[in-house]
Formats: sequence, structure tokens, C-alpha cells
Amino acid sequence: MAPAASLVDKIAAANQEAHRRVLAGDPVLVDVLLAREAMPGLPDRTVLHAGPPITWDRMCGPMRGAVAGAVVFEGWASNLEVATRLAASGEIKFEPNHHYDAVGPMTGMTTRNMAVLVVENRTFGNRSFCTVNEGMGNVMRFGGNDQEVVDRLRWMASVAGPALGAAIRNRKGVPLRNVIARGLSMGDEMHMRNAACSSLMVRELAADLAETAERDLGRILRFISGNDMFFLNIVMAMAKSVIAPAHGIPYSTVVTTMARNGTDFGIRLSSTGDAWFTGPAQMARGLLFAGFTEADGNPDIGDSCITETIGLGGFAMAASPAVVGFVGAGTLADAIGYSRRMTEITIGPNPEWTLPTLNMMGVPTGIDIRKVLATGILPVINTAITNKLPGRGQIGAGIVHPPLVCFEQALLQFADVHGVH
Amino acid sequence: MSALINQVRRAFYMDSVALMRISRSVGALPGVATAALMIGSATNKKLMQDAGLLSDEGAAAGANDLILAVRADDPGTAAAALDEARKLLDKPATSDRNGEEWHPKSLDTALRQLPGANVALISVPGEFAAAEARRALHRQLHVMMFSDNVSIAEEVALKQEAKQRGLLMMGPDCGTAILGGTPLAFANVVPRGEIGIIAASGTGLQEVSCLIARNGKGVSHAIGVGGRDLKAEVGGIMTLMAIDALEADASTAQIVLISKPPEPSVAKLVLDRVAGCGKPFSICFIGADDMHVPANAGLSADLRSTAERALAGRRIASSGAPASAAELASRAGPGRTKVCGLFSGGTMCAEAQVFFRRAGMVVASNAPIPGVGKPAAAPDAHVLLDLGDDAYTVGRPHPMIDPTLRNDMLGGALTDGRTAVILLDVVIGYGAHDDPAGELIAHLPPAKARQAILIASVCGTQEDPQSYSRQVQVLQEGGVVVAPSNAHAAELAIEVARRLA
Amino acid sequence: MEIHKLLQAEIRVVNIGLRAFARDLERCKTSVVHVDWAPPAVSNPRIAALLAKLGA
Repeated sequence: MAPAASLVDKIAAANQEAHRRVLAGDPVLVDVLLAREAMPGLPDRTVLHAGPPITWDRMCGPMRGAVAGAVVFEGWASNLEVATRLAASGEIKFEPNHHYDAVGPMTGMTTRNMAVLVVENRTFGNRSFCTVNEGMGNVMRFGGNDQEVVDRLRWMASVAGPALGAAIRNRKGVPLRNVIARGLSMGDEMHMRNAACSSLMVRELAADLAETAERDLGRILRFISGNDMFFLNIVMAMAKSVIAPAHGIPYSTVVTTMARNGTDFGIRLSSTGDAWFTGPAQMARGLLFAGFTEADGNPDIGDSCITETIGLGGFAMAASPAVVGFVGAGTLADAIGYSRRMTEITIGPNPEWTLPTLNMMGVPTGIDIRKVLATGILPVINTAITNKLPGRGQIGAGIVHPPLVCFEQALLQFADVHGVH
Repeated sequence: MSALINQVRRAFYMDSVALMRISRSVGALPGVATAALMIGSATNKKLMQDAGLLSDEGAAAGANDLILAVRADDPGTAAAALDEARKLLDKPATSDRNGEEWHPKSLDTALRQLPGANVALISVPGEFAAAEARRALHRQLHVMMFSDNVSIAEEVALKQEAKQRGLLMMGPDCGTAILGGTPLAFANVVPRGEIGIIAASGTGLQEVSCLIARNGKGVSHAIGVGGRDLKAEVGGIMTLMAIDALEADASTAQIVLISKPPEPSVAKLVLDRVAGCGKPFSICFIGADDMHVPANAGLSADLRSTAERALAGRRIASSGAPASAAELASRAGPGRTKVCGLFSGGTMCAEAQVFFRRAGMVVASNAPIPGVGKPAAAPDAHVLLDLGDDAYTVGRPHPMIDPTLRNDMLGGALTDGRTAVILLDVVIGYGAHDDPAGELIAHLPPAKARQAILIASVCGTQEDPQSYSRQVQVLQEGGVVVAPSNAHAAELAIEVARRLA
Repeated sequence: MEIHKLLQAEIRVVNIGLRAFARDLERCKTSVVHVDWAPPAVSNPRIAALLAKLGA
């Protein structure tokens, strides 16, 4: 009856190592490049999307809309109709962002000629990527695909992206660990609230942009400063770069990926390689903007819950009283309750990223699937709710959980790998 | 014909005492025969089945579901009672929901909150208790398991694992322990002293430790081992470890060992170990008085003489003038001759049987000791009932926590034309009801209207939250004769019964 | 902690189950953390068995 102590010890040691690596990360925003420059392995006629792998026939409306827009943006089709046919025909390859060390919010479109933020984890030398946030409303991440969307992406790739890249290089990168720590004390939880960190980034970059931008300086600054979610994409690339070194540790039961494609929720485990463990994407519960009902919402979508894998977002809800009301989660006491509950399913706190309302407790970091299953406490994710119709944008915000079945499958696979029956 | 309704609430959990409180309130509604709110574990469903409280709907519930069961005079009353139950269930907890009162959900988080924790006190439903205990042992915690309904195979596995790790595994079904002055679960506030106790009986431990405390001595540690430790399957694993520990403990000068009579093979094992121990023992294998024990040990058949032996032979007596059996007998109603014992402590009931058996009285019990029969087989016997027995605790808290059941049965015994004496134990201390004596008296008719004599003992100490002297006073003012021990109470009842026979 | 050392140590309790036991310990000034226990969320017995073996 006694468990194989050695295996249990190995799991514990592996998880401590995963936790150590996450805490040791030194993420620095180093550049903005075109995706094909940043990710030389990214093939032509390939669309990277949010979440676990998915085929066209199973994609939700916003995802299909965004794919059509991305195909037009890349010039692989002359219009949306042709693009849609092409996408459905199998001519276009679909792959998760995560297979290329990338992440993307909502539909998460990444193709060769889009501008991507580059975050380097200087402790381990790995890089991660995320497209630049497009702003609110009719945008590709919500499935938008008309000329306005495509034009904006082209301007971002040809003007704003290079300008931001030059500014970042000019100041030899922006170390992010400290920005996050400051943001937490200014009321950001980095998933649904990025107002503080977005402002900090404007401060960080304004002078360098002024020195390096070749044109459109005013538009670029307005583009950044007018978007409270500008920092979300930076924090996503940051989170990916920080969790990536914790992937591939034998015996670790720590979750290194959580992502949704609008149809499925998928997780990956440190020690089980590229295997995805999926279940149906859930509907977020929260506050909807006036005029919308739950029937208007799309199931949970986007790679942004990479933030929760390193203790931000829902896990850091106690930092962000403003978000609690926004996502319909109740009172500050409830927010504190969410963060505390997450301590039950994580390896340990991150002492550098602290929660003022929790007596400076570090954010709970490193989800252990065993603890999730043993306690029945599912990771809490703060999320935007998108209209299920493409291109209509956000209709609300709320709280969502991965389905339990992801964790059950992961555990079964883990046990199988280690010959535990 | 009464009406039974079950309703199932999916994925709902509440601790059993809280559920029992609600069951009691609902059960007390007019027209309601019985109400039980229980989590739908296999064990609970079996209990409800046996109590005629389970319908098909309830039978389909799972271990994460709550079953609300009501039997009432008619369907309308049952439905109304269910509504009331739902209201009580949904009443928000008073303070537990705010941030300050946050409790961890798992052992690991609890350990982060309390570094250096060394004991896990486990009282979850039986089918989950072993897993929790194993988890605690793996984290090098000593375990006290109050939970019962744990299989003997699980008990053996847990105790063997604890032994390998050098840890205490007190229980399952361990009601009482006192470690270095810290009372765990059902325990009394006894002064520190030189007497160590090892007990496979919760109330036995309580009675002996209280008699020691009320007679001027103290207890170093009292280690519960669970009622089955001296069965052949378990082989006394924890009793032997406890002897080792108390032998090594400098504050313990002598050791009291309390259990039901062990199986001979285990008795030999334990007595051999006792013989090899450098400290004197007072051994009580309830009811056993003809067993050979080593030279450094004395054997007593009852709890009082065990305590007296530990008190170096000092006799325990009444503080005031002892009640006269003749005078008491004169108070019994005409034709009344029988003793009815209503015990909340199982070992108290066993001890009383020892005295009745020794006195040659015809006695029966639902929890009979060797030589005693069941009430159904002996209709004219004096009857001593253990109300902590499973048959009485379906969907109800133990009678030490909630005296309602006993108070109800008391009413029945008083009106039964055969009952001359009602024999009671009133157990106080941590875990027990806040004012059992007060509750008891409140349910009694005035002394003049009673046709039976009530004889009780109070198991507790002056320092207990309920206070020994206050409980005694309340009982005496209510016309209850209070004896200085459970043994004295039994002896007095026997004497009264003899005069009436 | 070995048993005879436990008997000399300050008793620090994790209470899993009945809330009243934790309250009693608080009353007599014993360090105690109450665990807000609930039955395991996993109903699949295979997963439950694996969890036990994997140290959860």
C-alpha cells in the first residue's frame, strides 16, 4: 500500500526544480521583429493559432474569421471568400503558437509577416514571441478580418513594429520582472487589467521612440497610450519565456501550458513533452456589456492564460480589486479568496511578485496537476469574453476554469509513463 | 402510513456535526418522525437503508452528494420539512466567509500555515479517513483518528506504516487523547502528573483520568490506541509503541492500561512487554479479573479500581453523605423493580455490566460483555444500553455531543411501569455538550412526579469548560442522585434493585 | 518527530474534519490549523488510486 517513495520524492524534487526555474527567470523585452525573422522555422502558408491543435472544421466563428483575415493579410488570397475556401481546402496549415515558442491572445493569429514582440529569458537564453496588441474593437484577435483590420496589421508590421523594435534596442531591452512587480502593487493582475503596466511601458519607451522613430511618432504613441491592454501581449510573451525552461523536467507534474482555441481547452505538462491534454472550452461567467446575453458569447479562447501558469491573472486577483468587479467575481474578500485558493494547487509563492492585500504573500506559482485533482480546485482564469460572431469584439469579461478532464488525462499519461498502475 | 421523501443535492459537502444539527431541528418539527441529512457515501446509505430512510432517489446519490431524508405523517408535512431543511442548509455561515476566517483546503497548505505541526487530528467520514491519515503519516505527522467505519485491514496497514516511521497512529475510532496536557477530541482538563495512560477506550480513558484528577493526582500523557488495537488482527501494534514511548518518558512514573479483554495471543504479547518495562502498571481489561499479570502490574476488572490502584490504593468515596439505598428504594413507584441504564459512554456501560454480573443480577445490554445477553433474549433483565452504539447514531451526533436522544429515551423509561432506577453517565469536557446536566434536568418531570430514581455520575473535572461541581449541583438540584464514579452509581443501583426485588 | 520527543514538544495540530475540535484546541491555546475538508473531487476511483500512489 505504501507508495513508491522514490517516485514521490522524484516528483517533489522535479517540481521544486520547475518552481526554481520559473523564479529564476529574467525576462527582458529585447525586440520587435517580423514573425519570419523571429521564428525562422515558421513555414510559409502556415497560420499559428491560440490553444491546442485544431482543424478548420472544428474552429469557432471568430477563429475562422481571423484565419481568413490572416490569409488575406499574407496575400495568400485576394479576398476573404477565396481565403475561406483556401483555409477549408487544407492548403493552409494550422499549428498552435505554442509549437513555436509563441503565444497570442484570443484567436492568437500569428503569420510570417506580422510584427511580434521578442522576450528573452536571460537566465536560460530562450526567447518567446507574441504579436503586438492591436487595440480594442474590430481587431483580428476577436475574429475581425476587414480592410481596417488588415491595414492596421500592415502598419504595425511596417511602421509601429520596427519603431518599437528600434526603441527597445536603443535602450538595450526592457527588463520585465521589475515592471511586473510594480504593476502588481499598482492594481494590475496582468491578464484582464494591464492599465498600470501599459502606462509604465509608455514611460519606459517614449524617449527612445522619440529618438529612433522614423515616422508616425504621434500615431505610435497614441496607439500605445490609448490601449490599456498594450502590455497584455508583452506579459504573455514574458510568461511564455519564463515557463518554457520549466518544460521538459522528467517527473515534474507542473503545468507548463494552458491554452484555448475557442473549441478545446488544452494543457501540457512539464514531463510529458508535446502531448496536449484537452477538454471542451468552457463559457466564462462574468459581466457582459449592456445589450449582450450569454448566448452571444463564444467559448473560452486564447493563449493569454499562460499568465496564470506563472501566478498572474486569476492567481494574482488579490492584487487587483478593480478587476474583481470587472470580471463579476464579487468583493475584494472574494479576490483574496481566489488568490489564496490557488496556493492549494501550486508549488509555492514567487517572493518577488507580491500581493499587497495578502500581507505581501508572493503570487502562487507552478500548478501541480496532482494538487488540482486531489483538492478539486481548478485554476482560476480571468478572461475576456468575445462575441461568437467574428469581428464584433469583446462583449464582457469573466472567470473561467479549465475542464477537470484535462488534468485527469494528464495524470493518466504521467502515471503510464512512469509505470504506475 | 408515514411518508418518506428523499431529495439529493449534488456536489454538496458539510461537516457531519453541522448536518446533524440540521437533522435534529428538522426531526423536531411537528408531524416529522425522523429526518436525516447525510452525505451519500456507501456507509451512510447502508445506515439510512437500515433505518428505513432511504428511497430510490437517495440510493442513487454519490459520495459527493447530500441526501435529505424525511419520514413524516403525510407527504405534505414531509415536503414542508424538506423545505425547512433546505433553508437551514442555505443559511450563510456566520463568519467563515470573510477573508480573515480563511481555512486551507488541503493538508499541504495547512502545513505551510502551521510550520512544525506534529499531530493530525482526523475526523472525516470513515471511507476517506484512511487516505487522509496516510497523507499525514507521509508528512511525518502523528495521527489521531477519531473517524470510525475504517476497515480493520486499513487499520493494520496504517499502524504498520506508522510503526515503520516511528509515529503514533491513535485510532481509528480513537475518541480521546491527552498529549503533554493538550486534550485532543473528547478529553478532560486534567492536571499534569506522573501517571501515563494507554487506552483502547475513549470513555474508559476519560473516567480513569478524571478519577485520578478529582482525587489529587495528575496525568503525564494519555494515549488512545483505538478500540481494536488489542484484537488479533492488529496485534496491539500501537499499545506496544505507546508502552515504549511512556517507558522512555521521564515524566511518567507509572502506567495505566485500559482495554476490553484482548485476544489471548495479544494479551501475552502485551503482558510480556509490560513485564519487560521498568515502570509499574495498573491494567484494566474491563471485566477480566482472573488473568495472570506480571509482578510489576496489577489487574482490575473495572475503571474505579484501576484508578484506585494508580492512586496508590487510595479509596475513592463520596464527598458528602452517601445516599441510602433503602431510602431510595422507598421512592420507587409501586411494582417498579428494574434498572434501566442509559449510557453515552460505551465503556461506562461495560463497567456497569461488570458490577451487575458480579452481583449476580440478571442483566442485558445492546453491547453485552461476556456473560451478559441481549435485551431481546432476556425480557425480565435489568437493561443497560450503550446509546453510542451505531444503531442509535444514524444521522445523529453521538449522545455526548447531543443529549436529545437520551433525553427522549429517559421520558420513555420514566413512564415504563417496570423502571425503578435510571442509571446515567454525564460526560463533560472538551468535545462534549456545553451543559448536559442542564439539558437532562430540563427534560425531566419534577422530582415529586417521578416514579423512578435517577442515579448518575459525572465524568469530568472541575477545570473542564462545563465544571464538574456545577454539573453535579445542577443534577442534585434536579433530584438526581450523583455518585462519585460510574462504578459507585452502578453499585448503588444494584443495591436499590435488590431491595425492590 | 519521534514519539518520546513528541511527548515533550509543544503539540501543534492540523485538524481535518469536525470544526468543533479545532475550536476546542483554540480555547485551550493550542496551535491549530483547521482544514476546510471536503470529499475528494475526483470520482474516478482509478485516478484517486493513482493520486495516492503519486503522493498527492
